[in-house]
Amino acid sequence: MLDGRAQISRPWSPRLILSGAWLAFLVAAALLAPWIAPKDPLAQDLFLGRLPPFWVTGAEPGYYLGTDSLGRDVLSRILHGARLALTVALIAGSLTCIIGATLGLLAGFLRGWVDIAISRMIDIWMAFPPVLFSILLIAVLGPGLTSIIIAIVVIDWTRFARVIRAEAMAQGAMDYVASAQVAGRTRLSTMVTEILPNVLPTIVVLLTLEMGISIIVEAILSFVNLSISTDDPTWGGMIAEGRTSVHQAWWVLVFPLVTLFFTVLSFSQLGEGLKDRYDPVLR
Amino acid sequence: MSFLSIRNLSAALKGRPEDRILRNVSLNVAAGEVRGLVGESGAGKSMIGKAILGTLPLSVEITGGQIILDGTDLLTLPPAQRRTRIGQICALIPQDPLTALNPSRRIGPQITNRLVDILHWSRADAEKRARDLLAEVHIPDPDRVMRSYPHELSGGMRQRILIASAFAAEPKLIVADEPTTALDVTVQKQILKLIAEMQARHGTAILFVTHDLGVVSKVCQSLSVLYAGKVLEDTTVRDFFAAPGHAYSRALLAATPKYTDPDGSLTPVPDAVIAATRAEVADADRMTHV
Repeated sequence: MLDGRAQISRPWSPRLILSGAWLAFLVAAALLAPWIAPKDPLAQDLFLGRLPPFWVTGAEPGYYLGTDSLGRDVLSRILHGARLALTVALIAGSLTCIIGATLGLLAGFLRGWVDIAISRMIDIWMAFPPVLFSILLIAVLGPGLTSIIIAIVVIDWTRFARVIRAEAMAQGAMDYVASAQVAGRTRLSTMVTEILPNVLPTIVVLLTLEMGISIIVEAILSFVNLSISTDDPTWGGMIAEGRTSVHQAWWVLVFPLVTLFFTVLSFSQLGEGLKDRYDPVLR
Repeated sequence: MSFLSIRNLSAALKGRPEDRILRNVSLNVAAGEVRGLVGESGAGKSMIGKAILGTLPLSVEITGGQIILDGTDLLTLPPAQRRTRIGQICALIPQDPLTALNPSRRIGPQITNRLVDILHWSRADAEKRARDLLAEVHIPDPDRVMRSYPHELSGGMRQRILIASAFAAEPKLIVADEPTTALDVTVQKQILKLIAEMQARHGTAILFVTHDLGVVSKVCQSLSVLYAGKVLEDTTVRDFFAAPGHAYSRALLAATPKYTDPDGSLTPVPDAVIAATRAEVADADRMTHV
């Protein structure tokens, strides 16, 4: 009989709504930054240095979140910084996902020498300290957006490969895979049509997690001044600058930090929320 | 000439030929015959089914013998050709209905895909056929079931769907790998009845892997008793239940719990019989190695 199982409805969970709303807001802000930012993010005015945010006495109208020690508007810089952060999240996250998940699927499902080769590669890769590795990579490649993305992909693909390999192995042992094989399918086509849809929920969770991580990595690299050119506003760069004057102007540090925090949190919650809502297998 | 004829099939763990999984297994299944394959767990029952269907685990390799299906030795065919051939004439009724359907795809395509892939039917024909089959396995409201995901259906329903799906492409041979083991007793009975009914209607040969002699007595015409990958006895069901030929078979039959005496203690297969059977298997190994 068809029973109640078909009728279980899965409402939009608050975390899906909240994280989705924050990210949508951020994407809009990034796209519209040149038009909605109240000031030029690069314009310096030493007479307007370290202005506090609007609710603190001494604030200057128009500088809603205050200014940094060079008189640059913090809000405008955060909005412009979102462009780089989201670009990195999207491109680096997706590339890492595609490469890592593909290798993980191949290793976990085809097994044999493919698995041995990929697994050993993962083991070796993971023995490198990731932060040093990325700094080294950027030092070799030279700073710039492309280098950041390459560094993230090169370091983080193992995260996907390991998890997806384990999932693919578990799915590969299921009877429905055997049935597909008996129906005359090749291993590779079985992998794409039978295994991939079933590891997709995990891939989505990892992907959104990786987007958050990419933003953190970009911030870390900006913090140590290895991101893109120092003039362009980045959240990491702002945090690094804010740190030096935190006792005189806390807002220069706190606002980009809070933005970063909520963005990374939203990415991970978005993934979990999507999985809860769309994974056809109720757990 | 049997439809399926396995001759001296041997299998072992890859790279360790001493660790034998199948020992010179020979058995025949005539067209339309239902043959039981019984033995305790680890006897290699499922391995024979998997060897036929080409779904052996990667750690197991076939070390010798022939699997002649409809006049062709499967083991001599190149992999791609072998896959197509198996797909055209064989099907599997798997053990666990909970893992045997792809959880992320709807039921309809899971049945129709093999018709489209293997028999090159049009999608509309395949869908009609799937609907008819679902009705044939007594599923009410087939249209709705075809649009459902596996997790929306009960275990018994899913096993019915798997049976419908196995018969879909009119295979000549079905390997039923413990199809009732994962179900509870009341559902088991319905499913057995259904398999028998479908088999009679379609005239399909079935290799019925089970550890349950009660099941064998209900659906099979002949059976092979397996121990440690070796066929101990190959007989008809009638002869087997009248007078089992091998000491191990006798002990196995005696070990079947009796419904008439639900409080009686279970009779295990005596150690002496196991020891003798092991010795027999070891002897046979020595003979083949000399």
